[in-house]
Order: sequence, then structure tokens, then C-alpha cells
Amino acid sequence: MAKELIRLSDCFVQFDDDIILDHINLYINDKEFLTLLGPSGCGKTTTLRLIGGFLKPTSGEVLFDGAKINDVPPHKRAVNTVFQKYALFPHLNVFENIAFGLRIPKTESDGKKQRKIKLSEEEIQRRVMEMLEVVNLKGFEKRSIASLSGGQQQRVSIARALVNQPKVLLLDEPLGALDLRLRKDMQNELKRIQQQMGITFIYVTHDQEEALAMSDTVVVMDGGKIQQIGTPEDIYNEPKNAFVADFIGESNIIDGIMRADGVVEIFNRKFQCLDKGFAKDEPVDVVIRPEDIDIVPESEGQLRGTVTNVTFKGVHYDIIVDFYGFKWLIQTTDFCPVGAVIGIKIDPDGIHVMKKSQYSGMFGDYSSYSEEYEEISDADYDPDAEEEQEEGDEE
Amino acid sequence: MKNRLSLLAGPYVVWMALFVVAPIFLVVIYAFSSAGGGFTLDNFAKMSTYWVVFVRSFELALIATFICLLIGYPLAYIMAKEGPGFQRIAMVLIMLPMWMNFLLRTYAWMSILENTGLLNQFFQAVGIIDLGNLINGWLNNLCAGLNDLLGLSLNTARDTNMEYFKMINTSGAVVLGMVYNYLPFMVLPIYSVIMKLDHSLLEAARDLGASTGRVFRKVIFPLSLPGVLSGITMVFVPSVSTFAISRLLGGGNELLLGDLIERQFLGSAYNAQLGSAISLVMMLVVLICMYVMNRFGEGEEQAVML
Repeated sequence: MAKELIRLSDCFVQFDDDIILDHINLYINDKEFLTLLGPSGCGKTTTLRLIGGFLKPTSGEVLFDGAKINDVPPHKRAVNTVFQKYALFPHLNVFENIAFGLRIPKTESDGKKQRKIKLSEEEIQRRVMEMLEVVNLKGFEKRSIASLSGGQQQRVSIARALVNQPKVLLLDEPLGALDLRLRKDMQNELKRIQQQMGITFIYVTHDQEEALAMSDTVVVMDGGKIQQIGTPEDIYNEPKNAFVADFIGESNIIDGIMRADGVVEIFNRKFQCLDKGFAKDEPVDVVIRPEDIDIVPESEGQLRGTVTNVTFKGVHYDIIVDFYGFKWLIQTTDFCPVGAVIGIKIDPDGIHVMKKSQYSGMFGDYSSYSEEYEEISDADYDPDAEEEQEEGDEE
Repeated sequence: MKNRLSLLAGPYVVWMALFVVAPIFLVVIYAFSSAGGGFTLDNFAKMSTYWVVFVRSFELALIATFICLLIGYPLAYIMAKEGPGFQRIAMVLIMLPMWMNFLLRTYAWMSILENTGLLNQFFQAVGIIDLGNLINGWLNNLCAGLNDLLGLSLNTARDTNMEYFKMINTSGAVVLGMVYNYLPFMVLPIYSVIMKLDHSLLEAARDLGASTGRVFRKVIFPLSLPGVLSGITMVFVPSVSTFAISRLLGGGNELLLGDLIERQFLGSAYNAQLGSAISLVMMLVVLICMYVMNRFGEGEEQAVML
């Protein structure tokens, strides 16, 4: 059973009239890799700053190991941060940057007495060298910060934080400034370091792939609220609402009606699904991932649609298919030409049903994907209908 | 394209050549020539008489620079930390005196510091001078008593009927004038360097366990050194060579290098050759000072470029 380390209890943060965090409740276990995921302005960095001590909640409590730490300043918390732009000290070399925290005398209280403990120079030397090895920067200790590449600076910044043996490491979009390749390498590196050191990582990112690849737990945030907390698999397979479904991966989100447990109706057609516990005839949002849709001959399909756009993506094709005016994204390895009429089949486990939320109808439509959208919607419009009506009135 | 644009620098190059390079060249020639026109080193030999003036000038300039740093750094630091409202007001207050004429400002100080000036009138009115006399009297009596009792010869060396504090025509007044006139040149570069400091560096230091004092000592101060160095340069150089301040506030009693040079060119003791030699030596000493200081601050300069 994992031990709870940090708890945010009903945390509310307001700047002037802007509500940044809207009554957040969150707990973080020891040795967990937890990711705060969300678009910019969702409150994820603010949450991190609450834990780091750079910000006090307007109301609510921050608990560390069961003790309230709202008023504990950053330099007295057992937490270290890796900053977005590394924030390395330009006037110190690599060694001195990493040793910065070690050179600060620590106050230690054993019983009643408080005494300052200063590490010996040998101890500092040993720990910095050890940490340089962990981040693969052996031999860089005398280098100046300016002479390092972005990835190297990043690793110095991680070493500088880790060398203090914090219980928790906070990482604020640490890979944001790196190029894609380096980012992938550093993801693996970070995961390895976390497991090797056996400490809690709280990681902030807006990159959903990064979050899925590295985390034990993902916290999806938007508008100052937590939208969903769960394992990467949970978040991907069982999104709670349209926002989460759209933010994590690609998804088609369609209006549906729950006809019975395990039966959902889309476009007046009944589909088997695994979801239960909804009221009879409850309107719902249905998520269908593009990779869960099988293309079959027109006659065998559960739905029939017309291909309006094809994009080659390497491993697969992204095709946009028009079903009764609603555009779906389908990922397939079969080539279907534009204009082809195809049938689709969806297995019950490919369908995920969600309650309606404030995000319903905002996401999951791929209409804007196709340039032909305008033409098709014009064609659907029937000007004759109105005229006939008027003529009828005259008679 | 590049060549054509560089033509635009032409007027400035001509200006510099005519009014900066050529005069310096003339100074060098004069310094090494006798009144008759021949080459000589006499001018430099004669300068040993003025050794005292050199020492005094550098001493006063150093003191003024040090005081400027002592006042200017905290001021710049507080300005950089406060909100934009405070910054704007502080900036105007610092710049305001500079919009007035330099001589006017210095004359104003004269009327404040004079024996019958504003400050002494104020002291008189408040009774500080009487109080001083009173205390002095007590001390005198005490000394006399002790002398009687123990057979000592203590002496307070100050009579009791002082009518004013002597402020004008002292080196103190000269230093005050330098500090007052050159303080903005210390504050502004330090302020702009601290303003540009990356705030996340301070947060990082806090995060790593540094107390407020340690953040200042280990991060803010080392990173603001380039500002301090250019502030020191900009106060020290004009302080060494000033002549108006020392003449108006120092009463010409304490000759400074600036006065000395001025006398060689404008006074009755006209000696342009000697004046040039003194100027040249002063220039060299200042240059050496600056060079040493910049070498010292080289690493920091790079750090700020980052």
C-alpha cells in the first residue's frame, strides 16, 4: 500500500478577480510519478508552485506528511524544483551549480537542540560527482553553464535539484525547450532517474504523449479544475468527459442515447458497448478512438459513409469519413480513395460512453479537417423546402 | 550595401578624429616638449612637487565612489524590487537634479553649507549649536576636574563659543558635492542590471534552501557586479578630474588635480606643457585602474551576457 505524501485539500487560488485554482483536492503518494497535464492557463503550474512554496493558497491547505505547510517558505521544504528554463546560475560552473544546495548549512533538530550542520568539502565533492554520473555528465564539472547545450543544461538542473535528496522533485515543463528527439531521450532518462532514486516526481506538462509515457498517475486539468485523475490507461480508455477525451489523443465524440445497459444508439442505430449504469434513454457523449474503427465493405458495415479526405501518416492513413454530415477521423492501414463509400464496424470495447458535461459539443468533430466541408454543407441545404411552404400558404 | 551604410558613420569618424584623437595627440606632444619646443622630460620631473595633489585627488574620489556605492546599491536594489509605481517616482527623483545646471546645483550647496548658510541657521534655531557648546563646556570642566584630581593634562581642544559648524571649504564638502552630483551614475547601471536578473534564478536559489540573505550574497550580488563596476567607473573618473566642485565647495584650499590642470592653462602660472604632462599621467593612472577593474569583472560580464 503506497503511503500518502502530499495532499492539497480544497485549495483555492485567486489573483485579483481571476480564479486560478478552483477548490482542488489531490493527494500524491510516496515514490509516485504524477503528471499534471493540461493546456496553458489550466492551473497546473500554479498547483506546482503551491507545493514548491512559491505561492500560498487563498484558501485551503497544503499538507506534507500530514503536517500543514501553507506558511513554510520554499527553502525550508523537503521539495526541490526543476525550472522550465533551467534557471542555472550563470556565474557558477557546473560543479558549483550542483553544489549550491549542499553548501547551505542545514538546521537539524535532534530532540530539543537545534544545530547547524555543514557538509565537509569531501562529502560535497563525492555527492556532486555521484550525481553527475546519474545524469550522464561525468567530466563536465569544470564547464561553464554557457558552454552547455540545452539538454546538458537540463540535466545539470535535474542534478542540482536531486543532489539535495528531496522527498519530492517538482518538474515544470522541463523538456519544453528541447527538440523532439532529445525530448524522447530525456523522457526515458527521467523515468530511469526516478526509479533509481526512488523519490516522488511531480511533473507538469501540456504534452499528452509525454504524460502517458512517463506517469504512474495523470491529473488532467482545465479551467482551474481537475477533470480526471487516473492511470494513463484509464485516462485514455475511460475519459470522464469530452475535454479529457479530446485532450488525450485523437477521438471522435458523437451525441448518443443510452437505450439500455450495454446498448447505445448513434445516428438511430444501436451499438453494443460495455458501459453500464446510465439512466434509460439518457443523452450521452460517445467516444470512439480513430484506431478502434474497422473498415469493411459497404454492405457489411454498421454505418455507411463517404471518404472526404486522406492523409498519409507513414504507419497509417488518417481518413476523414462523412457520416450523415458528421465527420469522423479513422486511422487505417488500408488505402481508401477520396469519394469511396465505405462501411465501418466498431467492437463493443471500442466504444466509450460518457456523461454529458460542459464540454459536450465542443470537441471531437473533424469537420474543419476537410476543405470540402463548405461545399457539402451547402449541398445539404435545400432552398426548395421553404418555397414550397410559402406556395402552400397562398392556396 | 554594407559599405554604403558605413558611409553614414563618416561624419562621426571625422568628428572623433578632429575633436578627440587630435587633442589627445596634442596633449602627448605638449607633455614631452619644453617651452621652447624641444623634446624634454622636465615636465614629468617637475610633477613630483604635485604628488600630494595626486594622492589627495584619488583619495577624495575613492571616498566619494565608496559612499556612492554604499548609498547607491541599496537604493538601486530597493527600486528594482518595488513595484513600477515606486520605480517611476524614484527614477524622477534621481533624474530631477540632472535636469538642472551642474554649476547651479553646486552653488545651491554652497548656500546651504556656508557658515551663515541654511544648515547652520537651522542648527542655530533648533539649538544644536548651543547644545554642542554646552556639552563642550561640560567636557572641558570634566577634563579640568580630572586634570586637577589625577595630575593629567587632558584637553578637549575646542572652545565653547562656537557660532557655526564649519562645513564649507572642507574636504568633506568636496566629497559631498561629488556624491551628490555623481550618485545617479552609480544607481542607474546597478538598477538596470538587477532589473534584468532572471527572477527564476532567485526562485531556484530559494528552492535549493538559501535564505533571503544567502540568495542576495550568492546570487543577486555576484550577478549585479557588472553594474557595480560600471557604476564605480562612471563615478570615479569624473570625481578624479573635477575642478568646479573642489573650487566652489572646497574653497580652493585643497587643490585637486582638476584645479591644478586648470591653473596651468588659465591661471597666471601659465604652463601648458606641465598641464599636459599632468593630464597625461592622470589619464594613464585612470586607464590602469579601469583595466585592472575590468579584468577583475570579466567573468561576471560574460555571465550577464548569457
